[in-house]
Amino acid sequence: MSAASETPHGETDAGQDLDIDPRHVHGHDGGHGSGAAHGTFKGYVIGFLLSVVLTAIPFWLVMDKVFADPKTTVFIVMAFAVVQILVHMVYFLHLNTSSEGGWNMLALIFTMVLVVITLSGSLWVMYHMNTNMMPMSPQDMRNMP
Amino acid sequence: MSSPNLSAASPQQFYLTSEHHPENGTMLGFWIYLMSDCLVFAVLFAMYGILGGNYAAGPGPKDLFELPTVAINTSMLLLSSITYGFAMLEIQRNRKGATLFWLAITGCFGAAFVGLELTEFAHFIHEGAGPQRSAFLSSFFTLVGTHGLHVSFGIIWLITLMVQVGWRGLTPENIRRLSCLSLFWHFLDVVWIGVFTFVYLMGVLR
Amino acid sequence: MQHSELIHFLFGRLSWDSIPYNVPILVYTFAVVAVLGAALFGAITWYGKWGYLWREWFTSVDHKKIGIMYMVLGTVMLLRGFADAAMMRIQQVWAFGGSLGYLPPEHYDQIFTAHGVIMIFFVAMPMVVGLMNIVMPLQIGARDVAFPFLNNFSFWMTVAGAILVMMSLFVGEFARTGWLAYPPLSGIAYSPDVGVDYYIWSLQIAGAGTLLSGVNMVVTIVKMRAPGMTLMRMPIFTWTALCTNVLIVAAFPVLTAVLVLLSLDRYVGTNFFTNDFGGNAMMYVNLIWIWGHPEVYILILPAFGVFSEVVSTFCDKRLFGYTSMVYATLVITILSYLVWLHHFFTMGSGASVNSFFGITTMIISIPTGAKMFNWLFTMYRGRIRFDVPMLWTMGFMFTFVIGGMTGVLLAVPPADFELHNSLFLVAHFHNVIIGGVLFGMFAGINYWFPKSMGFKLDPFWGKVSFWFWLSGFWFAFTPLYILGLMGVTRRLNHFDDPSLQIWFQIAAFGAVLVFIGIVAFLIQLYVSFRRREELRDVTGDPWGGRTLEWSTSSPAPEYNFAFTPVVHDQDAWADMKKRGYQRPEQGFIPIHMPKSTGAGFILAVLAMICGFAMIWHIWWLAPAAFVAFLATVIIHSFNAHRDFHIPAEEVARVEAERSRLLAQQA
Repeated sequence: MSAASETPHGETDAGQDLDIDPRHVHGHDGGHGSGAAHGTFKGYVIGFLLSVVLTAIPFWLVMDKVFADPKTTVFIVMAFAVVQILVHMVYFLHLNTSSEGGWNMLALIFTMVLVVITLSGSLWVMYHMNTNMMPMSPQDMRNMP
Repeated sequence: MSSPNLSAASPQQFYLTSEHHPENGTMLGFWIYLMSDCLVFAVLFAMYGILGGNYAAGPGPKDLFELPTVAINTSMLLLSSITYGFAMLEIQRNRKGATLFWLAITGCFGAAFVGLELTEFAHFIHEGAGPQRSAFLSSFFTLVGTHGLHVSFGIIWLITLMVQVGWRGLTPENIRRLSCLSLFWHFLDVVWIGVFTFVYLMGVLR
Repeated sequence: MQHSELIHFLFGRLSWDSIPYNVPILVYTFAVVAVLGAALFGAITWYGKWGYLWREWFTSVDHKKIGIMYMVLGTVMLLRGFADAAMMRIQQVWAFGGSLGYLPPEHYDQIFTAHGVIMIFFVAMPMVVGLMNIVMPLQIGARDVAFPFLNNFSFWMTVAGAILVMMSLFVGEFARTGWLAYPPLSGIAYSPDVGVDYYIWSLQIAGAGTLLSGVNMVVTIVKMRAPGMTLMRMPIFTWTALCTNVLIVAAFPVLTAVLVLLSLDRYVGTNFFTNDFGGNAMMYVNLIWIWGHPEVYILILPAFGVFSEVVSTFCDKRLFGYTSMVYATLVITILSYLVWLHHFFTMGSGASVNSFFGITTMIISIPTGAKMFNWLFTMYRGRIRFDVPMLWTMGFMFTFVIGGMTGVLLAVPPADFELHNSLFLVAHFHNVIIGGVLFGMFAGINYWFPKSMGFKLDPFWGKVSFWFWLSGFWFAFTPLYILGLMGVTRRLNHFDDPSLQIWFQIAAFGAVLVFIGIVAFLIQLYVSFRRREELRDVTGDPWGGRTLEWSTSSPAPEYNFAFTPVVHDQDAWADMKKRGYQRPEQGFIPIHMPKSTGAGFILAVLAMICGFAMIWHIWWLAPAAFVAFLATVIIHSFNAHRDFHIPAEEVARVEAERSRLLAQQA
């Protein structure tokens, strides 16, 4: 079988100064690898502060029962959650359409579609199943041992 | 989605004469793995969504959840996210010591999160509200517990990486691994947003 | 601690009673397995091959070798899965009226469960993954997959799962729940024994391997294509491999999560799928099929890819409608997530839900129809050569279309209310899995065998195998369609109505034909090996192929390509041949390659031990094995010496040898 040998860094017959040390990331942008975005201090702080606000307000709304109608609270709390997730994606995960040639974004969108299908599909299907096959009110489900 | 870089090749060039190194796939691979982890959580959220109202004549969210504790927990995790961000900034400045410092702080916040969560679980179990009590509690413990388990593995990974960085420094390989852990860590914070919203806040609102 | 307490602590619920010495069939089987196993181990030891096997195969991170090992696993497990099938056929032909046959229900139930689990997870999946491993990196002009070590690890995790299933024959028992283990039957109350636990752990371990393999191959295809190979210049098999692996990454986490929930119910006493305390068993069915439907597309898409390659090669024509083939594959991938409920129309979701899923199920048949037409149009006015791969393809086209049509019939909810869980259903899915997946695997094996092993498979025995499989399939399953339409239920081990017996006898005859087909395949392997010099593929391109793998020698060198290819068009190799490509014979450079490692094997062994311990409630061993697993992962991560370079002189030597062979041929 072929003998193992480690060619010293940079020396190949090809005459090009190729980075062939296997431990080196192949890239020109300071070792981050192609397309990997990175943060700035400002970015992290903005993301953090936004997240704090987007967390504190929902907690406050629920703990202090600010709105009489729970449905309003539910709606606002869910909306804030969605926004905060986006804040995390942008400021912490540095998600953009160009990282990894757009494949990161594509993978995320595909996953989100499947998550929505799994969640909404299951809820829809099981609601019908429960209605037809387990005729009990939510009250019963809470209280039935 | 462009093709790998095509050097100004004539139509007659059928092969490259120099060594070709494809782009490193670790970050993309880890991201895709995270997407699969998303789906695991989606199933657990779906279970909680369907079964979360089945208290089986036992305690429900209003009886159990202490939102102040959850708020503290949330802040622990959020702080750990930003301290990890600071660690990443130090990597860019090639400062090993500072990187290790911020990683250690992150680990502490993470451990605080897990510790608080375990105390919450112990308290519920002590009150007779363990995972066997009802389907609601089964799904609660599993969803929140799986998240906590992920954080715990993240901490083990963090410690391992700290040792590796301490030993070999900020090599490209270690930087790549720290970047993967960064994705993992922030992803867990994203999942937690879902947890505190749909489990804790909505639970109390139900 | 008392002696019995110590034993109980050390061995969990494992005891001498766990070994089924009072079941004659199992005792005889064990005897045969023990003898054959001893012979095999003895032969390897006698010829001193353990070192060779470990160094060259078990620790290899070479996708070509890992792929071959997957195919070997799939073939071996096919024999076990078929044995289960044969036992069922014999029981069902025998057990009428007063006769109870020879298999008591509690064994029959294990057999049909094991048959399904093995055929899907340990035959079809390994063969599909194995074929993608062997072929895809070569087709895209890469040297290996993106994560070679992970590839090796994934393989051994699959083997670990297979070993756990096989072990259940002789230590304990297997699940009696059917291959999807629905609760409440699979819950701790109704299946307190180890059977369902064997099921859970073997699938979790194998599933983890599969998921990682999916990530690996997606990244490989995205990142490691040769320069100039845009997405729309990839071979169709690579496209189907991409979509298959996307499905794997998207579906297997759901299986993992659901099995975790089931195991929590069994181990911890949670109430996800119980009948009381708020559990809902229907949710299991819902979730498992959210995995289950994409799973069947994971199985069939690579087969479609094989057929596309085979049709265009053996008709000497570019594939008709490449773009529409790609779009059809993408549409199938996405739609496969919108049809899952058709597996349980009868569970009671009602008309609105059932109609939605019935319609989506009918829609998903359309892209497959488009593919059929594209294959036919490729054949039209082509110069068709009826080599064995092409025979399998034509058998597929006829068989699968009918299977697909019965599927569309089942997609109509009112029809499904009659036919759900009948033998009609059983006939349908065997129709598409055998006619689609298995025929595709045989086509692929015959097609790419020379590339992988250096010599063609014997065509005569290949044709024998084909004709016996084709006729055997139809004899075995047409009666089941008829029986299903008459209302006969699946998974029955005894029948009262003697007028049904004739159909089962015909089906048993079909099973005999299939058996001959399998034997013919094994003979084909043996004869081909014996005649390998006559059958040798000297040029590397025995069929007049059109894609890059045919530009290498047969077998391909360790490094795949001495120089990374540059691609200018679809059917890259056909393009190169047409435009007068000259193979370079000098100027070779050192090639950077990953090192072999035993870490994957060790990790899988530890995972298997952990699974075994969990099954038998050996509560000290399970965490110990898990901690050892984690420690191994961490230690392995400290290893920085994972690669080496093949020196330029070595490359030159290998390429010179090939030049010599080609000159001889000319």
